[in-house]
Amino acid sequence: MIPLSWYLIFAAALFSIGLFGVLARKNAVAILLGVELMLNAVNVNLVAFWRYRAPNMIAGQAFAIMIFAVAAAEVAVGLSLFISIYRRRKTVVANEIDLMKW
Amino acid sequence: MTISLIVFFLLAAVAVLAALGMLLSRNAVYSALFLILNFITVAIFYLMLNAPFISIAQITVYAGAIMVLFLFVIMLLGAEKLPQNTSIRWQYPAAVVLGVLLALEFGYVLVFQIGGLSTAAALPANFGDPKDIGGLLFNQYLLPFEVTSILLLVAMVGVIVITKGDKTTR
Repeated sequence: MIPLSWYLIFAAALFSIGLFGVLARKNAVAILLGVELMLNAVNVNLVAFWRYRAPNMIAGQAFAIMIFAVAAAEVAVGLSLFISIYRRRKTVVANEIDLMKW
Repeated sequence: MTISLIVFFLLAAVAVLAALGMLLSRNAVYSALFLILNFITVAIFYLMLNAPFISIAQITVYAGAIMVLFLFVIMLLGAEKLPQNTSIRWQYPAAVVLGVLLALEFGYVLVFQIGGLSTAAALPANFGDPKDIGGLLFNQYLLPFEVTSILLLVAMVGVIVITKGDKTTR
């Protein structure tokens, strides 16, 4: 059996890569892709903890399903915001979206 | 025993390389496709963790619905290639420092703080059945389930309102 900490290290690596993507990319859609990667790493942690610590309670899987729903809602709202911004400013570069900068 | 280790390392390598490819590819369409590869390998991880329902939900919801939405928007906006001259000077090194710092913190905590987590508990019968998950969602977690459905409804209405566009500016 694979130790639990390897799953945690794997999820931590995915989360760090996702955070780096959020911080380093300029494309607004690519920033959302990084957020998706981070949510996915959290889900790996949830399912791994469920399997190793409390396999009798299925709560870990229920929480993972709720994170799926939250991720879907977040992506839909974020992408619609980008479409709305693109209609007004003709750009999706994150540091050209400066409508609120005084 | 050893076969599962080999499969774990292969899958982890594929997933991390796909995530790095998502980071480093300049074309946003390639980024999204690398992320789909990453999601599918993570779905195989869920299968290794005896969670078949989560695995299928990962493939249908994440790799299917969400990534199709991403690809559609990327191609709709023409966002796959961006000009390179619009960068903040300190953004990239700051991102490198912060990402590596977070990875080091994770590594420190996982290696030095967690000692006795390595054994897996025995798997009960009918573990993680979709039937059991549905029963749990509709009995014990009914209120969070309904709140999630309201969240999805609000997101749907919000998306329609945001992208409807105002007639006055045209």
